[in-house]
Amino acid sequence: MSTTLSSPPNLLAKSTGNVAGRKLKNIVMLTLCIIAAGLAILVLGLVLYFLLSKGFSSLHIRLFTQLPDNIDTSKGGMAQSIFGTLVLLGVSSAIGLPFGILGGIYQIEARGRFASLVRFFTDVLNGIPSIVIGIFAYAAVVFPLAQRTHGQGFSAYAGGFALGILMIPTVMRTTEEILRLVPFPLREASLGLGATRWRTMWSVVLPAARGGIITGVMLALARIAGETAPLLFTIFGNQLFATHKVAGVSVPTLTAPIDALPLRIYNYSQDVDPNHNAQAWAGAVVLITLILVLSIAARFATRGNMQEEK
Amino acid sequence: MADVTTQKPTSLQDLARAQTSAPTATKILAENVDFYYSAFHALKTINIVIPDRQVTALIGPSGCGKSTFLRTLNRMNDLIDGTRLTGKITLDGEDLYDKRVDVVDLRKRVGMVFQKPNPFPMSIYDNIAYGPRIHGLTNRKKLNEIVERTLRGSALWEEVKDKLKASAFALSGGQQQRLCIARTLAVEPEVILMDEPCSALDPNSTFRIEQLMEDLKKDYTIVIVTHNMQQAARVSQRTGFFLRGEMKEFGDTDQIFTSPKQKDTEDYVSGKFG
Repeated sequence: MSTTLSSPPNLLAKSTGNVAGRKLKNIVMLTLCIIAAGLAILVLGLVLYFLLSKGFSSLHIRLFTQLPDNIDTSKGGMAQSIFGTLVLLGVSSAIGLPFGILGGIYQIEARGRFASLVRFFTDVLNGIPSIVIGIFAYAAVVFPLAQRTHGQGFSAYAGGFALGILMIPTVMRTTEEILRLVPFPLREASLGLGATRWRTMWSVVLPAARGGIITGVMLALARIAGETAPLLFTIFGNQLFATHKVAGVSVPTLTAPIDALPLRIYNYSQDVDPNHNAQAWAGAVVLITLILVLSIAARFATRGNMQEEK
Repeated sequence: MADVTTQKPTSLQDLARAQTSAPTATKILAENVDFYYSAFHALKTINIVIPDRQVTALIGPSGCGKSTFLRTLNRMNDLIDGTRLTGKITLDGEDLYDKRVDVVDLRKRVGMVFQKPNPFPMSIYDNIAYGPRIHGLTNRKKLNEIVERTLRGSALWEEVKDKLKASAFALSGGQQQRLCIARTLAVEPEVILMDEPCSALDPNSTFRIEQLMEDLKKDYTIVIVTHNMQQAARVSQRTGFFLRGEMKEFGDTDQIFTSPKQKDTEDYVSGKFG
């Protein structure tokens, strides 16, 4: 049979010359990519392993339910830090989200020179070290507040202000990018029916982009939840719950010093007390779990959106 | 001064009036329309009379300006930066590009159906109710009426009456396009612009949309841009042939397809280029 065919391409023959070289290059580059990706995962794995092996043994329900015990340090918890971190996330969202989301909408809708200026400065803001934002918050909020009230300027307001600023670039950028992905014909359809631009944004574009925006917000929250540097200048820390009573109900006090997980971890890790060192590890596990939960929630928000699109 | 005011009625208005007294009234009149995308001169001295309650087809090769012209009629081109229009377009004698004209009101009167079906990511019901709602209608009963009437009007009612709450994305492409037509009808426009409404559809769906146009022209003025010359011949009463930003010929559809006056028109409708 084989003799009847003039020159059949032999698929099983060894490739020669140039082809062999190209195949080799392909294999080498692919291997390098796999190694790089593997190393990235390995580093994350090592961090998690290290953290869990050190922190898991100190993880105790006490951590979530009790305040620090200054007499027997092996017994206390850090409930006020977890509480403080949640309050700070709330305050920074209240400050950062309106600016971030509305700013993102503006950049899509306006498209002028001012919009690109805003985009440029947002990128610059994204590059500013968080400790500088902390100093700024100290000068802009802590110091004036202390002078006005003749007392403490360290507060949830100040911390939330610093973290809120850190949120703005991330939220603005993701909002803008997600809104850009919403198909233009959808806008046209709405405008063509006589809807105003705002109505189109509110009723058609934003709902279509909802999942993506939520993802952006979650990732921004995950990022600021772990920020420590700005907190050093703004919240001071607190061994107690920063609350006061309004009509018999305990509400967070935003004008008083407040605690936060990253700050507590930082302080305890510097401590001479081995019990505190151990709690710092456990606190780190709690913090990373919180961030993980936010990141996973972000994933779910996007997935829901994808299904809706189909 | 008196002289000026007596001279004021322009040839345009005279033309409009003359057309109104004719058997088919003029709905839209374009006079000496030039249109620019920044430096690109997209439309050159377009003059056209679009009759009321008829189907007017705009044909021509890609990039000839027919879609651009269609979009000047409800000012959709306003959305694009750097566009400029000179000349005059009137709807029932009113200048569309007058500074006092609110595009929101204009687009309510001149609706549009796009090339690709573009339903909103909402239910079938909400897609249709969207238009009336943005114009302030909240009465549930009236909305129900509109949804049923427009779905019947777009020949979709029988297919979707049991799943009005289902996502519009669950419909086929042809059904989605009929939904988009129903959505346009729901704001009760006077004119419906259709920008290649069947180019993304299969022959069967195309046939249904063409039938629909036949029905709709009893109540609406329709302007359709199409690449499909057979479609233009089937559905329209008047046809305009565009080439390189100019309107080469405009006339009764029969005349354009059987005895075109221009060489270019003849070459195009006989398939020599396009």
